[in-house]
Amino acid sequence: MDEGGRWLGIYVIAYLIFLYLPVLLIPLFSINDSIQAAFPLQGFTLQWYATLLGNSALSSALLNSLVIGAIAATGATLCGITVSYMDLYGRSPLSATISAIARLPILIPGVIVGISLLILVNLIGLGPSRIAIVLGHILVALPTTVVIMRSRFAAIPKTIPEAALDLGASDWTTFRRVMLPLSLPAIISAFMLAFLISFDEFIVVFFLAGTEPTLPLYIWSQLRFPKSLPTVMALGTSILAVSFVIAGTAELVRHRGLGATRPSAK
Amino acid sequence: MSTIVAAQVPEVRSSSGFRIGMLLPGALVTFLLILFALALVIFLAFRANDGSLLGAGFTVANFITVVSDPLYWTVTLRSLVIAGLVTFATVVTAYPVAYYLAFHAGRRRSLLLFLVTLPFWTSYLLRVFAWKIVLAYNGVLNSALIESGVWSEPTLAFLNTPAAVVVTLAHAYAPFAILPIYVALDTIPKSLIEAASDLGARPFTSFRRVVLPNSMPGVLAAALVVFVPTVGDYVTPALVGGPASTMIGTLIQAQFGKANDWPFGAALSVAVMLVILCVVLVARATDRRFGSRA
Repeated sequence: MDEGGRWLGIYVIAYLIFLYLPVLLIPLFSINDSIQAAFPLQGFTLQWYATLLGNSALSSALLNSLVIGAIAATGATLCGITVSYMDLYGRSPLSATISAIARLPILIPGVIVGISLLILVNLIGLGPSRIAIVLGHILVALPTTVVIMRSRFAAIPKTIPEAALDLGASDWTTFRRVMLPLSLPAIISAFMLAFLISFDEFIVVFFLAGTEPTLPLYIWSQLRFPKSLPTVMALGTSILAVSFVIAGTAELVRHRGLGATRPSAK
Repeated sequence: MSTIVAAQVPEVRSSSGFRIGMLLPGALVTFLLILFALALVIFLAFRANDGSLLGAGFTVANFITVVSDPLYWTVTLRSLVIAGLVTFATVVTAYPVAYYLAFHAGRRRSLLLFLVTLPFWTSYLLRVFAWKIVLAYNGVLNSALIESGVWSEPTLAFLNTPAAVVVTLAHAYAPFAILPIYVALDTIPKSLIEAASDLGARPFTSFRRVVLPNSMPGVLAAALVVFVPTVGDYVTPALVGGPASTMIGTLIQAQFGKANDWPFGAALSVAVMLVILCVVLVARATDRRFGSRA
């Protein structure tokens, strides 16, 4: 490897350290036997993890987040599939417009997404509630699912759905029996990413939550009390570990999907 | 079932039932949750606050306050400067990483891509909070500096400053910047770079005249993806910024919370969207300029 490449490699390593160092402080202080998050460390303990179990406010927030995440991810993935499919195969100005608007939330700060939905759910009589949060999270995850599904559908050679249609399959059959199975890895990774987005989301949920907080709202409420700090760290470490596993699985599934169809795409 | 009917007539490429079913979810979400909700914000911005949901009477008083009160100019300007600095810092530091990924990573590419995006999937609140631990009076940076003898007293100078907001946000949005730049660099045909060196361009010249202009669309996409969420952020200023770093998102949030003046909050939101629109248009124009050269 040339001189420039080696320096660049060193830079990348330094960059990764910058990226991970603050994040890794969370697991470090979650096993530190002190209320304060400061060096020197005070010795090893698992007591903060023990306080996590049997915390009913925490477990109901966790359950809330899991249910909302699953429903919002299903909605966002469904919209991502249909919007991008119609954008590529519908060949109508309407489907192209819908696809463009669906990616618009990238250009709207979360705080504005939050307040616009707050006004909307109050207007239709729903008010801040779990359904409101689901709607908000579908919106926040939508650009991601549309982009993933659109690039997947675009990578499937047009000759494949054409062959299905020529052989007499209806457009619904073509979609369900040909296009969906071919894009299954992308569907799974879109769902997982949408779930993670919803699970971590705070900015929008802050406006839309009723009496049932999600996990990030619970964490936010705990950050005000210095005493509960180590418990929050333990919780954060647990979330981190699970997120790593889900993100890793999503990545593996996506790569397997790309590897399986890449030769046929050429 | 319409399936059977359609199957008997192969010429019919798309039945209307299929089209409607496929368009419905997206149409509902985009028209109701995005367009209608944004229209509500714009509508509310022109109403007077009377405590009711949609206000009363039409007025431009909200916008007059936004424009005439120096507080909003200061805070908007501060948000733009902080978001601008964060965008600049993330894009400039991310570019070499994206460059390495595109041209030097080889077999380690997918592992590296995974490592770079991984922190993005950990709790945003906790990533921001981690910086509070680093920068606090009894925090990691202070105790490390004292342990190593650089300072004898801990300093308050790190936390609750706009600089803390910039560092924290730059860290939180780093992966957003790498991916678009990487994709842009990766799609530059290698023959283009070879042609430059065959024609006698030195590595730096070929980078400056060939690689950099061709990667500009990715750089601008990265800049937008970082700029938009940072300009409206209210969590990071609240956790690590202190009162001197109040941003426009904080003010909008307050109007829908403690201040309870929704129409005014809506007007502030409209102002922010207009500012972002201007930034997007400038970015588009820059993109086109570089695009035509490429």
